[in-house]
Amino acid sequence: MTAVGEGTAGRLRWAVADALTVAGRDVAHWRRQPAGLLATLLFPVLLMVTFVYLLGGGIPVPGGSYRDFMVPGMLALVMLFGLEGTMTAVVTDTQRGVTDRFRALPMAPSAVVTGRCLADLAASVAGLAVVALAGLAVGWRPDPGPGLLGAAALLLLLRVGFLWVGIWLGLLTRDPALVTAVQVLVWPFAFLSNVFVPVSSMPAWLGTLAEWNPVAATVTAVRELTGVPVPDGGWATGHAALLAVAWPVLLTVVFAALAVRRWQGLSR
Amino acid sequence: MDASVRIRGLVKRYGGRAVLDGVDLDVGPGEVCALLGPNGAGKTTAVRIATTLLRPDGGRVEVAGVDVVARPREVRRRIGTVGQHPTVDDVLGARDNLVLFGRLHHLDRAAARRRAAELLALAGLPDTGDQPVREFSGGMRRRLDIAAGLVLEPRVLFLDEPTTGLDPAGRRDVWDAVRGLVARGTTVLLTTQYLEEAERLADRVAVLDTGRVVATGTPRELTAAIGGDRLELVVADPGRAAEAAALAERVAAGPPLPGGRDEGARVTVPVSRRAGVVGDVVRALDGAGIDVADLVLRPATLDEAYLRITGRDRAAEEVPA
Repeated sequence: MTAVGEGTAGRLRWAVADALTVAGRDVAHWRRQPAGLLATLLFPVLLMVTFVYLLGGGIPVPGGSYRDFMVPGMLALVMLFGLEGTMTAVVTDTQRGVTDRFRALPMAPSAVVTGRCLADLAASVAGLAVVALAGLAVGWRPDPGPGLLGAAALLLLLRVGFLWVGIWLGLLTRDPALVTAVQVLVWPFAFLSNVFVPVSSMPAWLGTLAEWNPVAATVTAVRELTGVPVPDGGWATGHAALLAVAWPVLLTVVFAALAVRRWQGLSR
Repeated sequence: MDASVRIRGLVKRYGGRAVLDGVDLDVGPGEVCALLGPNGAGKTTAVRIATTLLRPDGGRVEVAGVDVVARPREVRRRIGTVGQHPTVDDVLGARDNLVLFGRLHHLDRAAARRRAAELLALAGLPDTGDQPVREFSGGMRRRLDIAAGLVLEPRVLFLDEPTTGLDPAGRRDVWDAVRGLVARGTTVLLTTQYLEEAERLADRVAVLDTGRVVATGTPRELTAAIGGDRLELVVADPGRAAEAAALAERVAAGPPLPGGRDEGARVTVPVSRRAGVVGDVVRALDGAGIDVADLVLRPATLDEAYLRITGRDRAAEEVPA
């Protein structure tokens, strides 16, 4: 019963295999406790239905269809909400000692984090699919074609950026109270964007701030790619596609570096 | 064969304060060594360094002949670790947990399943099926936790306070599991706050205090080192306990116990020689008109040795529970 050899190729192979094993643990959790996953998947649908049918009637949008305006925003919010899930999972594992247990195993050390990324991205793909289907059910009609694929890619790219923010935040604390704080703080962050209302309806300075929100950049880009009329705005709105790539890349670079530092700090 | 764990001059500082301040320790192959010490003595820190989770600030640690700083991966392949809290996945069942850990030890699917079955039998949990671990008793969960540390038949198993928070039945459960492992030749380094645990499991005890190993030896050696036997007596009138203690101490002529260990009517005095001491003390007390309700001559306990070694018999503080 000996472990298989080293070498760069061997190491890489194990890094991938271990990441899949770690991610498989999440999949097993979803199978055994589907309620948690279902709640995560259905909450955005509930929120979307609330806005489309209850609140949206009072919100004037360019082009006139609030559902076409709202659904791209909801898709981007699912990516933002994923941050909480990532953070909770990291905090829980660190707090229960699972992270340390993994670190003392002969597995690839990177797999703890890459496994988390894989599992969370899989959950986000499911989240996107559910909201998109629900959106179609309430009458969202995106332009069919390659624009949809581009939109999906931008949304998942945003998720990758938030994923690293979540991992860093999760490694920052063992205190579940901080998770609650983040769950509360994502709301002002979500509202200070173009998800629910056009930024032109806000005071000018707030509108500019909202326009530069990473979520807003992705939302505008997704609206453009799916043929939804985009309200006029400043530079950030005009260059939404660029920002929708730049923001997630920046978030990933900064927070992945911070997370790696934090991870190494566990040995100090 | 060399020591399975070899620690030399180990230093670890946090913010200028030395938590470990030159620890030396050897654990021989197949030995069970208990690292004993009060809260904050650095027990967990020492174990975390030996299991590659923390980097030391000074000194050298070799586990199974491999340097933990230079070659952590190789060390990880030779050890099993069990932390202070069970770290098995509590949503999964016992078997799924062990398969998961097998896979993370790079066993292929079939081998991981095989090994999981063996470990389930070893941990005495073969019939738990798909029951999630969160429904297990504390002792069962701990046993599974230990089994998860045994996937590659480690040369050295590190147990950090393996029975903290367990009820007596769970504790006995874990002790049996550890004894079973020892019989198979695994070296065990365990930390504990329970003297009874050290006494029951360990071949050797190392007392860690303020960052250093202040005493090592078999439990018997440690108790012998602080001077043999104790005479424990209960006087009928608690008001005369102090008088009885002074008298008995003089007659028994053992080295004085600093601070005294008298509780109400109970008096404990050290004894320098066993022969005749019981009769002498009873006669002396009788002569002074002090009634004795109960009297025992017994060897010093590891508890007393520990309190003496760590100097905590002078403080008001008892052994931390």
